Amino acid sequence: MPLMVRQDSSPAAMGREPIPEELRGARILLEGLIREGTDTIFGYPGGAVLHIYDELARMRSRLRHILVRHEQGAVHMAEGYSKATGKVGVVLVTSGPGATNTVTGIANAYMDSTPLVLITGQVPRKMIGTDAFQEVDTIGITRPCTKYNYMVRDVRELAAIVHEAFHLARTGRPGPVLIDIPKDVTAETAPFMPCDELRLPGYRPSHRADERQLERALEKIRAAKRPVLYVGGGIIHSAASEELVRLAEILHFPVTPTLMGLGCFPAAHPLCLGMLGMHGAYWANMAVAQADLLLSIGVRFDDRVTGALDKFARDAEIIHIDVDNSSLSKNVFAHNAILGDARTVINQMLDLLNAEARKLPADRLDPWWRQIETWKTQAPLSYGESIDAIKPQHLCKELDRLTAGEAIIATDVGQHQMWLAQYYGFRRPRQSLTSGGLGTMGYGFPAALGAQLAYPDRQVIAFVGDGGFQMTAQELATAVQYGTNIKVIVMNNNSLGMVRQWQQIFYDRNYSHVDMEWQPDFVKLAQAYGATGLRARHPAELSTVLEQGLSTPGVVVMDIIVEVEENVFPMVPPGGGIADMVLG
Amino acid sequence: MRHTLSIIVENHYGELARIVGLFSARGYNIESLTVAETLDPSISCVTLVTAGDDRTIEQIVKQVDKLVRVLHVADLTGSAHLERELVLINVTTGSSAALQTVLSLVAQDHLRVAEVMNDGLIIEATGEWKHINTLVEALRPLGIRHIVRTGTVAVSKSPDDKVVKLSVAHLQQHRTPPNPAVPKTEDGEKEIHL
Repeated sequence: MPLMVRQDSSPAAMGREPIPEELRGARILLEGLIREGTDTIFGYPGGAVLHIYDELARMRSRLRHILVRHEQGAVHMAEGYSKATGKVGVVLVTSGPGATNTVTGIANAYMDSTPLVLITGQVPRKMIGTDAFQEVDTIGITRPCTKYNYMVRDVRELAAIVHEAFHLARTGRPGPVLIDIPKDVTAETAPFMPCDELRLPGYRPSHRADERQLERALEKIRAAKRPVLYVGGGIIHSAASEELVRLAEILHFPVTPTLMGLGCFPAAHPLCLGMLGMHGAYWANMAVAQADLLLSIGVRFDDRVTGALDKFARDAEIIHIDVDNSSLSKNVFAHNAILGDARTVINQMLDLLNAEARKLPADRLDPWWRQIETWKTQAPLSYGESIDAIKPQHLCKELDRLTAGEAIIATDVGQHQMWLAQYYGFRRPRQSLTSGGLGTMGYGFPAALGAQLAYPDRQVIAFVGDGGFQMTAQELATAVQYGTNIKVIVMNNNSLGMVRQWQQIFYDRNYSHVDMEWQPDFVKLAQAYGATGLRARHPAELSTVLEQGLSTPGVVVMDIIVEVEENVFPMVPPGGGIADMVLG
Repeated sequence: MRHTLSIIVENHYGELARIVGLFSARGYNIESLTVAETLDPSISCVTLVTAGDDRTIEQIVKQVDKLVRVLHVADLTGSAHLERELVLINVTTGSSAALQTVLSLVAQDHLRVAEVMNDGLIIEATGEWKHINTLVEALRPLGIRHIVRTGTVAVSKSPDDKVVKLSVAHLQQHRTPPNPAVPKTEDGEKEIHL
């Protein structure tokens, strides 16, 4: 139904202009979501959102609602949807437990700068503060893990708040924004006036970098003899991958992406060193440790990247470009801290460099590249092959081969995540969906499902451990209900592998509660949900099972039994510097 | 080192909680905090005294500035500004020596007697926090029964005051919300949301 919009509310104009329709708050909310480009909502109904669901039922043709099995799943799906598409993910849940169940996902999205808008129901205004049924202080609980949150106290504010929430979620450093709506507000009516105005005088995301600062940085960049380009999730958020490749090629700089940056620079590109950090490539870490210039773009010097701060890139001039001012010089002092949007700033740099690109002969860095090659030969990524047990690294390589590095893959946190990062060659941005900052078990499967729902025809894989999968496995029902083709690969070592690895190395093999002494049969579990279940135990079966699983239509769970006592190497031990790697 | 921050923030629900929550979540110290409206009642000024080395203070300023409804943060320490704190002290004046102490402090213009009671006085004083500290130490031997300090407020000496500018600009630009405003409270008083 077309909505009539009033342009001018002055009494004189009333005669000429159409009068805006009076709509319920619930409908104003949903019209607002649609105006912001929402096509899919991940949600779960309940008492406080009954009016909203009442409206949703009438809007099936305009808004797809995915009924999840747990609200945490809804948020992770919205994250996966957002990470894969670049759009804002939308979640709708009820008050109380509905809201508290979303907190892990919200915190995860906040750490990884994923734009989300979450709608939570709240008890009616008059009951707020009375410890009413399913009442919780959602605003208070989510304040530290949202970019911003709103309580809607008047239905006439709703349209403006929805517009602002989307703006906040997707601009600057993106993040989750929550809107808490008391039930009676969704029942009240108001004239629906679509809102395009923002009332955010204190919110000014920066775009362009200061030219003089950039000139100073470029002087250092031109003079560098041992440079490294250290890039992360900010490149993906600002869609700067093409520009980054151009910049790296002009400068002939080695590039190392963070975990969140995987795919922002093609893994197979000759300038790509692979991931740096705790389980990064040895030569990438060595290069950073000995660099004389670190050109850092869209990264935040996370502790899993830097290791001991006093040993991190000690001799390097640090140039840090980021859209979030509070990330500049937070962990590592930046000699040149440049505030700005990654893509805009890289383009500014390209403009300044283009005129003199020829003055930067690639061979000026030959000694540095030779040094990097030496490190690479000294300690290549390696693992011991086995004829009895499937090596998890081999599983990742097989997956890369069979999907030609083209799949969208989501992971949880832990060993499987690190092996995939090491052995899967992500080609493009938005292919790797992983829980980086918060390190959330149970993220991978629902996140992959969100991506699959956004791209029904693409190969989307949830690559998870047996521990993490059991945290959100109930979303198999969602996956089957919506007829998806998602493939779940359970890297099953029957234990909490990364914790086991740390107990082995740093706690003298005092294994404490890391063995899964009872597990479900994941093949039967898949079948119970109406999905296909497959299993591989021996290296000889692996390729066949993967090939069969990836090509079987519908939801498929592949239970891949891997070597238990396998560790992720190389590794920077806790407290160690980035170059103090244990190689294996 | 002690730093006095002046934080200009839109007067919305929960914004003070957001500032305070940021400090506790990130382990920053709050030595004192005052908040009240500015020329524009829709904008509040928070004076917050904290401590830390230069890098910590830089982070604090950046983190506070990142808050969506914060319009401006200034670290007044290091620039020309004036600080004041008000203290109310309920002291016993049992002995004549005690009375003498109080009267001499009054004579030196360090404090004012706000109220005289049977067995004591309520003393009022304003000054910089160091001055208040000294005064409290001087009165401590008399027997302080109650003491309440407001915490520091501070104002810049700059002729070009950001607070005034911001509140005037904000008043002009954002006085009329795009959608019908939230109704005023019944008695017509403006709402204080912080």
